[in-house]
Amino acid sequence: MARYATGSIGEGIVPALAVKSLYKIFGNRADEAMRRLANGAPRAEALAGLPATAAVIDANFEVRPGEIFVVMGLSGSGKSTLIRMLNGLLQPTRGSVQVDGVELTTLKPAALRKLRREKISMVFQHFALMPHRTVLENAGYALEVAGLPKAERRERALDALRMVGLEEWADKLPHDLSGGMRQRVGLARALAAGTDILLMDEAFSALDPLIRREIQDQLLELQAELGKTIIFITHDLNEAMRLGDRIAVMRDGRIVQIGTAEEILTDPANGYVAQFVADVDRTRILTAASVMEKPHHVLDVNAGPRVAAKALRESQTSAVYVTGPMKKFLGTVTEDDVLRALREGRPSLDGYVSTERVRTVTEDTAVADLFADCAESQHPVAVLDDRGRLTGVIPRITLLSALASATPDEVAPVDEPAPDLAEVELVGTKGEPA
Amino acid sequence: MSHTWSPLDVELPRVPLGAWTESAVDWATGALGPVFDAVAAVVDALVRPLDELLTGVPPVAVVLVLAGLGWWLRGWKFALGTAVGLGVVAGMPYWEETMSTLAQVLVASVLALLLAIPLGIFIAENRRASTVARPVLDLMQTMPAFVYLIPAIFFFGIGTVPGVLATLVFSMPPGVRLTELGLRQVDKEIVQAAESFGAPPWMVLLRTKLPLALPTIMTGVNQVIMLALSMVVIAGMVGAGGLGDVIMFALSQVEVGSGFEGGIAVVVLAVVLDRLTDSVGDRFPSARAQRLARQAA
Repeated sequence: MARYATGSIGEGIVPALAVKSLYKIFGNRADEAMRRLANGAPRAEALAGLPATAAVIDANFEVRPGEIFVVMGLSGSGKSTLIRMLNGLLQPTRGSVQVDGVELTTLKPAALRKLRREKISMVFQHFALMPHRTVLENAGYALEVAGLPKAERRERALDALRMVGLEEWADKLPHDLSGGMRQRVGLARALAAGTDILLMDEAFSALDPLIRREIQDQLLELQAELGKTIIFITHDLNEAMRLGDRIAVMRDGRIVQIGTAEEILTDPANGYVAQFVADVDRTRILTAASVMEKPHHVLDVNAGPRVAAKALRESQTSAVYVTGPMKKFLGTVTEDDVLRALREGRPSLDGYVSTERVRTVTEDTAVADLFADCAESQHPVAVLDDRGRLTGVIPRITLLSALASATPDEVAPVDEPAPDLAEVELVGTKGEPA
Repeated sequence: MSHTWSPLDVELPRVPLGAWTESAVDWATGALGPVFDAVAAVVDALVRPLDELLTGVPPVAVVLVLAGLGWWLRGWKFALGTAVGLGVVAGMPYWEETMSTLAQVLVASVLALLLAIPLGIFIAENRRASTVARPVLDLMQTMPAFVYLIPAIFFFGIGTVPGVLATLVFSMPPGVRLTELGLRQVDKEIVQAAESFGAPPWMVLLRTKLPLALPTIMTGVNQVIMLALSMVVIAGMVGAGGLGDVIMFALSQVEVGSGFEGGIAVVVLAVVLDRLTDSVGDRFPSARAQRLARQAA
């Protein structure tokens, strides 16, 4: 176990954040609870009959400056409690948290607030924006707390909004924004604070799959540019593998393994981790929603054949997807259909839409169940949500790349950039709709 | 004659709660006399000028001001309703009494809120204080309203001051409760977000919690005013004047007509005050933002 559960980063490097023997026990008789847990007994057995719950048990790890350190676990594994001890929102029952070598657990309230202002900021699962403040005021919150003059606050908040691509929304209120945009404001608020360490608590878990991947990419770009130290909490192994330089797997309050994505996949510390990653590797766990691409060429059924012809020409594809009222998916039209409509002088595509050349699946269809559809579908498979609206498409090549990265033997090392799917698809599907 | 002992014969000890209360009130009347005098002077100094102002200006002016306020806060329909309602009251013989009642309600409510909101904030931040305050608030709210009049007479004699103070005590609880509730209901993650950026407690309270709790606090303000209005009539029993006097007199003489007129005046005041305070809350940006956020969700 020791081989896997120590998160030491080696001699000579000053960790941005170091956690030693950290415990958080809720309820009474914490000492007795910790004594019983000391020998590594499972949480449920050890605490039977005690009026205490152990959220975090003996956590140890160090985080390198500039690293993305992911803590992954299912709900109830203690990861949210753990992250809240890293900035003192929760006081540990025992153990040590050091930020840049400063012991956080013994700081007085005023010193702790100073440390939060200067060293650590946080992004929350449900965004936690203040609904009565504009996007700009939200983004500049940390600077307001720090007592900066208004003009400087505004400038730095705008800079941060620019980094996440939202400077045009500065004067709107949070409710004017979509979920993905709100979380980018949450991210901008943390970036504007100018701290070296970012804590992200399930930051992207409340977002739709496509938006989630987009914002993950944005985070990776920002990280490459700014070199922040990020502690990222998630329950999603795909997200952990995608983002983490190193991943700590938590179960029942304990960290059971710390390592790179590759180490965890190829050398799981115990049966639990093995099962966890095995499940995710299997195509049964990946869903259509997690591999689908944005549908690029979608037309309303009321669009005229001329518009369709233009779309086909511009996209250099042979078919476009057609949606009806309420964005309901209807089918595809091909070049031939459009030509026919033009010749017959029809004002809309109504009557030319066909469902024969395209298969549809729901968002939660497992990747394993996509093969037959993909093989039989002439155009990329259409992914529909529960109301029958088109939310994405899956070209064959996308499915294949998803498969490749889901098979343990062929996992690419994480620091190597993943192949750009969009490019691959363009080459592989020439003459086919994208 | 033999008598076998039965457990039913045991007599419960007598609890002389009434006697204790009496001696406590007696003691307080003597020992805290100067304090009560000072309180009475302050309340009197607030109610009297307001009363004189409202009864002094012509009724039309009052009607126009309240209707204008109604227009600004709720629109022309409500303004028209206000004007008609108050016009009817002005046409009855009890306009001055209505204005006295309004003055008492306003002073009692403002004083009640000045105590209730800080107290609500305190018990929202402090669990132990909340456990202590809860039964006290229950007692204040469920005690039959005119029981407050008895110690009020002892401490302050007969007149407007005991009426206003009894009203204050009676109407305070919802102000405290709803302030506490509003603060406790503020999204925990938002509060944590404020704290995670190093905001000190006062800043979290003033710039995050209070603005977000404001709609609920305003409901409390509305409730306080409504309770004050209901109590101010009962306060007529201690000679507080106003509509309470009218109704008490009508009751003792079994005069249906003037009783109904007094009652209608109370209803008109109640509706106008209720709707006005109800819409004040909506005018705060934080309330509007939250309402929009809820609609969007």
